[in-house]
Amino acid sequence: MSTIPEEEYIVKCTSACAGCSSSLCLRYVLKAAGPDSVLVVPACCTSVIQGIYPGTAMNVPVYNIAFAAAAACASGMSEAFRALGRKTNVIAYAGDGGTADIGVQALSGALERGTDFLYICYDNEAYGNTGMQRSGATPLGARTTTTPGGKPTAKKDLDRIVEAHNPPYMATACSAYPLDLYKKVKKALSIPGPKFIHILAPCPPGWRYPTEKTVEMGKLAVKTGTWILYEREYGRLTINGPSKTAMRRPAPLEDYIKGQGRFKNLSPEILDRMRQQIERNVQRLAREEAGAC
Amino acid sequence: MYEIRIHSRGGQGGVTAAKLLALAAFRDGKYATACPFYGAERRGAPVVSFVRIDGEPIKIYSQIHEPDLVIVLDTSIMDVVDVLQGLKAGGTVLLNSAHPITGCNGASLHVDLTGIALAENLVVAGSPILNTPVLGALAKMGVVTLPSAEQAIREMFADERNVKAARVAYEELKA
Amino acid sequence: MLTIATGNKAVAAAVKAARPGVVAAYPITPQTEIVEQIAEYVTDGDLESRYIPVESEHSAMAACIGASVTGVRTFTATSSHGLLYMHEMVHWAAGARLPVVMANVNRALGPGWNTWAEHTDAFSQRDTGWLQVFVGTVQEAYDATLMAFKIAEDERVLLPVMVNLDGFSLSHITQALDTVDIGDFLPPCHLPHAIDTENPLGYGPMTGPADYFRFRWDIERSMRDARGVIAEVEGEFCERFGRSYGPTEDYRCEDADVVVVAMGTLGKEAEVAIDRLRDEGIKAGSMRLRWFRPFPDLDLAGRDVVVIDRDYSFGFGGVVAHSIRSKAGVSPYSVIAGLGGQEVTYNDIADFVRDRCPGEETWFGVNDHV
Repeated sequence: MSTIPEEEYIVKCTSACAGCSSSLCLRYVLKAAGPDSVLVVPACCTSVIQGIYPGTAMNVPVYNIAFAAAAACASGMSEAFRALGRKTNVIAYAGDGGTADIGVQALSGALERGTDFLYICYDNEAYGNTGMQRSGATPLGARTTTTPGGKPTAKKDLDRIVEAHNPPYMATACSAYPLDLYKKVKKALSIPGPKFIHILAPCPPGWRYPTEKTVEMGKLAVKTGTWILYEREYGRLTINGPSKTAMRRPAPLEDYIKGQGRFKNLSPEILDRMRQQIERNVQRLAREEAGAC
Repeated sequence: MYEIRIHSRGGQGGVTAAKLLALAAFRDGKYATACPFYGAERRGAPVVSFVRIDGEPIKIYSQIHEPDLVIVLDTSIMDVVDVLQGLKAGGTVLLNSAHPITGCNGASLHVDLTGIALAENLVVAGSPILNTPVLGALAKMGVVTLPSAEQAIREMFADERNVKAARVAYEELKA
Repeated sequence: MLTIATGNKAVAAAVKAARPGVVAAYPITPQTEIVEQIAEYVTDGDLESRYIPVESEHSAMAACIGASVTGVRTFTATSSHGLLYMHEMVHWAAGARLPVVMANVNRALGPGWNTWAEHTDAFSQRDTGWLQVFVGTVQEAYDATLMAFKIAEDERVLLPVMVNLDGFSLSHITQALDTVDIGDFLPPCHLPHAIDTENPLGYGPMTGPADYFRFRWDIERSMRDARGVIAEVEGEFCERFGRSYGPTEDYRCEDADVVVVAMGTLGKEAEVAIDRLRDEGIKAGSMRLRWFRPFPDLDLAGRDVVVIDRDYSFGFGGVVAHSIRSKAGVSPYSVIAGLGGQEVTYNDIADFVRDRCPGEETWFGVNDHV
């Protein structure tokens, strides 16, 4: 951790929930990005976390924009900074709803146009800011206020959508591995063109676990293989250490499931489908990394 | 005010002919507007363009309902469109045709624009270019002057064969 | 330089002269020629702008917003469904106090599909905080676009400006165009609240009931100040380039007993009708309403007024007629005409005047009086 700068760009007056992992992630994102950075934030938890007018908890400029528009707004901003001869980092910081659902068109457009920006999706697997309704990123079986019986369909594979645009750099990350996230943001910002980082950000009120378990929940997501940490540089896949271990010797899925109220009373069939999903995902990525596909 | 209605098929250059004519009139020191009437039609459908020429600024944007001159760039349209509709008494019809066409009342003029374009090998995407030679015919009719017609063509097209085609049409126009 | 051009090409030529840093746009009939021409200027090196070929109009305005807040000059163009698709961002640009300039080529809304002129698209954005000007000639499309940047970027305004031109009847008509050497008419864009990473600020954060209304009032205050700024800019434009504009273009109104109020190309065509009516001994005049937001003060008291609305607010009435009823204190004869490109000639307009029934509404082409 010694490489991470002391400077803080989020001051201690956020409006985040106790145990919020996304604000923790943003802290490390900004430490990696440094002061010559602008955040573009669509409607999401960060719209609130940053503080209420006239105050702000952020020590970089934050440009708030409507739900669907983060990638497009960042696109215009990036082009404008380049037109002004400035290298300022433009970082879109958006939730899973603003990325995988309502914002996916703008994201696709910005990626395809080769926009020089970093798009970060912090994924708490539901519409958290409005009180945990299902999003396209909500996993199979999870109960939300709009899927009270558990979500009947699988989590949208956002990363494969992004991958189809062949960005020069994309990665997954998890709030429980802040040094990994920090390094990935650093690397992403050193590469011109569109970059994408997808962070799994466990959410105590949404996932219904005690606030002090936020880090543990992220670790379990990775250790069970539910969330796989990897990087894809110019198309070449590298699976990161913690996930390599997890792919060889995964922790039992129940360890991850049992601590979360959203997965209460999962049927054996759903649990079985979840296991199959993990297995398929692990095999696909392992084959790809080995150059077998 | 002198009002002209141009009939053509989409892709035959009727819209550009209208612009060229307006530009030539403008170079003559007159006021002119060119206005295509766009339907939802695609390539090949009958289309109409309007040109107004006057000594005063033109404030009319509506269609021309009583033209002084009707230009028909494709006479096959005459089977489906009444090209003479609203033609002023004493008005003129200019046909792209090697021969006179019966049933055309009033002063009917004809010139083989297609033949002239093909002779100059003025062909784009398989279609002969009609909008530049027609300007020569219009110059002969006195709608615009020949120098302005040539200038307008040169302002819009680099290929000098367009000017040559206009001159041929100027010479060949028959009543 | 004197040449001929379509309304669309005139807008593009004005944009070239204004040299925006960023243009983000999406094609839509009948506006497409504007963005095609700008893309060509950029490709050919005639315009040093960043041209962002966005994937939708919502993104076009979002990109203009993101660009504008860095302090660069920005432009976009749209029409009809494109304008409605960006509606959320249209509000955002004004609320964020960004001097974006947009050309809107007025076109009807579906269904059924109709690509011809109508003003309902622009009027559906009238409460967004944008300044809206409607032009009637190719020359005016050029001049108004140039002036729009200067008005929008004035520190007393800092609101976006929408330049409206009629689809096809102006966007595609070829008329004379005198392009100018703008010199220092347009100084570099200076945005006082431009993003500065040395002085980080939050833009548009959560704003509670105790503060929100202050920002709304600030928009209205600037909208009121904009009247004076518009007059100043139009005055300077006239001094420099010799062409005079105002909130309305009045034609033979001084002694008129009846005044036709219309917008866009119908407002110009009305002048021909006025000449015909005057020849018959009817003391008629016309007033082409150019600025719709901020709405000007109109001197119409004591005269018959015939308003032509190329728009409609269902369950209410013609938008312009009702605006004039409330702002000018007259009870006009409201004619709904020209919807979706419906053909309206100067003869028709003269008939509206001859057949006027003050206080009533009629739909041109519909037999029954409403």
